Amino acid sequence: MPSLPDLQFIAARASLLDLASFLDRVQRHGQDGDYRLEALREALPILLSTGPHRARRILESLSDQSQEPIPAATIQGALGAPKKEPKIS
Amino acid sequence: MRYIEPHGHMVSRTTDDYAAMVTAGCAAVCEPAFWAGYDRKNAHGFYDYFLQLTEYEPRRAAKYHLPHYTWLCINPKESEDTALADDVIALIPDLLAKPNVLGIGEIGLNKNSRNELLILEKHLQLAADHDQLVLVHTPHLEDKLKGTRLILDAIQNFSTLRPERVIIDHVEEHTAPLVLDRGFWAGITLYPESKATPNRAIDMLELYGHQNIWLNSACDWGHSDPLAVPRTALQMRHRGYDATFIDRILYQNPLEFLSQNPRFKL
Repeated sequence: MPSLPDLQFIAARASLLDLASFLDRVQRHGQDGDYRLEALREALPILLSTGPHRARRILESLSDQSQEPIPAATIQGALGAPKKEPKIS
Repeated sequence: MRYIEPHGHMVSRTTDDYAAMVTAGCAAVCEPAFWAGYDRKNAHGFYDYFLQLTEYEPRRAAKYHLPHYTWLCINPKESEDTALADDVIALIPDLLAKPNVLGIGEIGLNKNSRNELLILEKHLQLAADHDQLVLVHTPHLEDKLKGTRLILDAIQNFSTLRPERVIIDHVEEHTAPLVLDRGFWAGITLYPESKATPNRAIDMLELYGHQNIWLNSACDWGHSDPLAVPRTALQMRHRGYDATFIDRILYQNPLEFLSQNPRFKL
């Protein structure tokens, strides 16, 4: 197995900077309240954890965890993170 | 290098793509029926599309010396209209006799709705009644995990559909083990942004084994790359895998699954 840092560190560094600049960008333009940004922030600690399967755990974090079929499809696309129902106080 | 593209929507691609794929070593392409990017209004539109898949597109591919196979269904994005879906499903039995048809697909779920699930079950019944291979699309992004669970449960209600004759496509790290552990085949789709990158696909091979997995580009009219499979082969070489391993994953594995239909010959 070749050295993976030699092979891929620069690409990983670029991905990290892309993520950081995206977070800066949405904040600068006042859009960091979007629910998808909230989902992203909730997933970020998984990135910093030391356990294995970070990719799987991040995907699970960004997944709809409900189990029953929805009554009807009202849109055809997916947006990347489940929209949480507002809490009723 | 040789490879099979087991999932490519070639009606959306150019002849330049055919030439590039064959130049890169593509030995066969398989085209599941899918969403056109807009909703078709009636079953006549699907009938014409099915003729395109079974008559015209194989002739276009043959000009590039590429065998072309297909799968038939109404895709889950258009399954919310169950009356339309019923009309389309009724067209399929007569078309199963076409010489390049491999089975029923890509069926599945999109938003995990009740109607989508109902139409999935009707497709599964069709496959069971006609002893067909099945190719399943799993939902996108946040809907994939839930949809995969619903799909696996639905298939396992059909006792005559053997898992080794069903491939669950578009798996990612959180769904691949669910699929493989139940004895199904798993497809990893290589997309520029969603689904999997070449490196993640290779990681999944390291994590979940080399059995019962194929890689595909699922190239279509959207942001996708018809050469994603051979580009992944290059990444495998970068990571130290030899030509024998690459041939096993990119050629022999899809050949093993697809050859369960005796029509698939190379």
